[in-house]
Amino acid sequence: MRLQIKNIRIVDPSWDSKDLIGDIFVENGKIVPKFLNNADRVINGESKIAVPGLIDVHSHLREPGHEIKETIYTGTRSAAKGGITTVFCMPNTRPVIDAAPMVEFIIHKAREEGCVNVFPIGCATKGSKGVEISEIGTLKKAGIIAISDDGLPISNSQIMRRILEYTKMFKLPVISHSEDKELSRNGVMNEGKNSTFLGLRGIPKQAEEVMISRDIMLAELTDAYLHIAHVSTAGSVDLIRQAKKRNIKVTAETCPHYFTLTDENVKVYDANTKMNPPLREQKDVDAVKQGLADGTIDCIATDHAPHTQEEKNKEFDLAPFGIIGFETVLSLVLSELVDTGVLSFCEAISKMTFNPAKIFNLEKRGSLKEGNIADITIIDPEYSYEFNKESIVSKSKNSPFIGRKFKGGAVMTIVGGNIVWSL
Amino acid sequence: MSLKFKDLLGLERLDKKDLQIILDSVKPFKSLFTKCGKMSDLSGKTVVTLFYEPSTRTRTSFEIAAKKLSADVVNIAVSNSSIVKGESLIDTGKTLEAMNADYIVIRHSLSGAPDMLARNLNVSIINAGDGFHEHPTQGLLDLYTIYERKKKIEGLKVLLVGDILHSRVAKSNIWALTKMGAEVLVAGPPTLIPSNIENLGVKVYYNLDEAVKNADVLNILRIQFERQQENLFPSLREYVRLYQLTKERLVAAKPEILIMHPGPMNRGIEISSEVADGPNVAINDQIVNGIAVRMAVLYLLKSTKKRRYASSN
Repeated sequence: MRLQIKNIRIVDPSWDSKDLIGDIFVENGKIVPKFLNNADRVINGESKIAVPGLIDVHSHLREPGHEIKETIYTGTRSAAKGGITTVFCMPNTRPVIDAAPMVEFIIHKAREEGCVNVFPIGCATKGSKGVEISEIGTLKKAGIIAISDDGLPISNSQIMRRILEYTKMFKLPVISHSEDKELSRNGVMNEGKNSTFLGLRGIPKQAEEVMISRDIMLAELTDAYLHIAHVSTAGSVDLIRQAKKRNIKVTAETCPHYFTLTDENVKVYDANTKMNPPLREQKDVDAVKQGLADGTIDCIATDHAPHTQEEKNKEFDLAPFGIIGFETVLSLVLSELVDTGVLSFCEAISKMTFNPAKIFNLEKRGSLKEGNIADITIIDPEYSYEFNKESIVSKSKNSPFIGRKFKGGAVMTIVGGNIVWSL
Repeated sequence: MSLKFKDLLGLERLDKKDLQIILDSVKPFKSLFTKCGKMSDLSGKTVVTLFYEPSTRTRTSFEIAAKKLSADVVNIAVSNSSIVKGESLIDTGKTLEAMNADYIVIRHSLSGAPDMLARNLNVSIINAGDGFHEHPTQGLLDLYTIYERKKKIEGLKVLLVGDILHSRVAKSNIWALTKMGAEVLVAGPPTLIPSNIENLGVKVYYNLDEAVKNADVLNILRIQFERQQENLFPSLREYVRLYQLTKERLVAAKPEILIMHPGPMNRGIEISSEVADGPNVAINDQIVNGIAVRMAVLYLLKSTKKRRYASSN
């Protein structure tokens, strides 16, 4: 099929920050220079913006094992609605993704039922138990994009060192969920004035920062490749900034809630404001934005973590951590970062396209260069809508952003040359 | 007279005016109670006490208060283990609402449980203590006891001693007292006093002797023994040595000092028996005032428009 998108503003961070109005040609799932014949389908791109398909490096699709929360079918459709063409899914399913057949299952299932690209992340340790290194070489051969025991920090420093060291030869980033479990024990929200007066056990920022410090030091020791997941504190941003200055191979991601909300939002005990790491304070929000602006934080990921209403509509202590994020990430980036001048449009898009593709060695994605796979997100900067529960495509509805009004969002998602979602 | 919300979830959400309304209402209920009279104000209303934590004094106090107002009282005690296993709290609440309960008085070990019920139900929810969050009727009865004895709140220095971090009584006291213009001092080990408490204008002391000198009122909090297992203090012996209110410590105090304890007391731990049974102690008043305060709260919430806290926020 030949697809032509006409008269559209094209913003491509990979290509000297290309920003021009023109046409995009797609043939056989690839971006091509021009057709000799007529297109099978022409899309009018006036007043819209085409960017490389968004890549979300951190999500939970919950399949296998937790299909009641999300499946590959529903999760990828939720992603498509958010303008996301590629998702990396974390291995904390049931069973966990620590062996080749599990990786193959996800890849097969995504090919059969998914509508966006799915790249599994493999466990760093067998059973995510933090004791024995998983067969990373075998997992890589089966198709993983990175390794992580997300949700469960690797507490033993010697094991973390071995993981970083061993993984080097496969050129896979090790994604660290940085949390000192002893410091955060039983905590359910940020430790501070609000946790004191809500009477909820706090998680100090240092629970995150202590572990990031350790992991940076181990990355320096091993010269391995470390990617820090969901950065939430000012101290963490600073540690990563210093590490980068010392040329340690560290990259980092944050999530929209960490540059949008604070622990003030926890006030009525709404478990849709409960996630790990927890919502922090205004000075952390400001520092995360600063880290995004100066390049300390490379990627914006969702940490899409679906949970059912029954699980979330519980006493705050008993509700699980996590919120969904696919369907709000782009609009939050546009309203909180671009409209406010923290990032230029192109810089913001880069953190969801070009940077993730580069960090995770994704070939022929994250860029609209000719010859690349035709993963394209079309954005309407004027598209105004209210994010409501009824509109949510994900199987779960656990979002603190329900009821928020947005201007600007995805209106069409193209994966491998096929339109998988449009408004 | 009425309050803003249909529920009493915590004193943080009340303003000075609300607190004054409650204080002004307590006195007539107290004289009624002490004269053994009964009012028919809540005749035909049903008050359910739903206790997920064992409690004798608070539950009994609520029951007597409700019965003095001619309400029907149903007591439900739920074992702690069923919080995780059994019926969800919201479903339990909905069941009670379907049975035409007018008030649910809830005690729960998890902070925010009453808020959750209030958000999901139309019935009036009264928080009888939730986790480490608040114990509003205790805060009110402490406030009233001080008011009754000292004839004022504003300008008084009230010292709370012990585990501030895990104490719902401390939280409700801090809100009520600071809103009414008192100065709140706290004393205890740094592990039990959150440093961020100073943002509220609360003055922190680690040395009890120094703190006692300055105080007009002492409110001694019960220390939970399990805190020692969390390494928040090394031993009860050391806690007693540093923070027990003793006769010796009171020598330096103001002569007209008022001593309170929310109960139940650990005699010989946070307070010596000599002090507990000595002069200046208002512990008995607190118990009587507790009933009057709860009568006032039940009465005031009856005439409150059905306005929800959650939707007004």
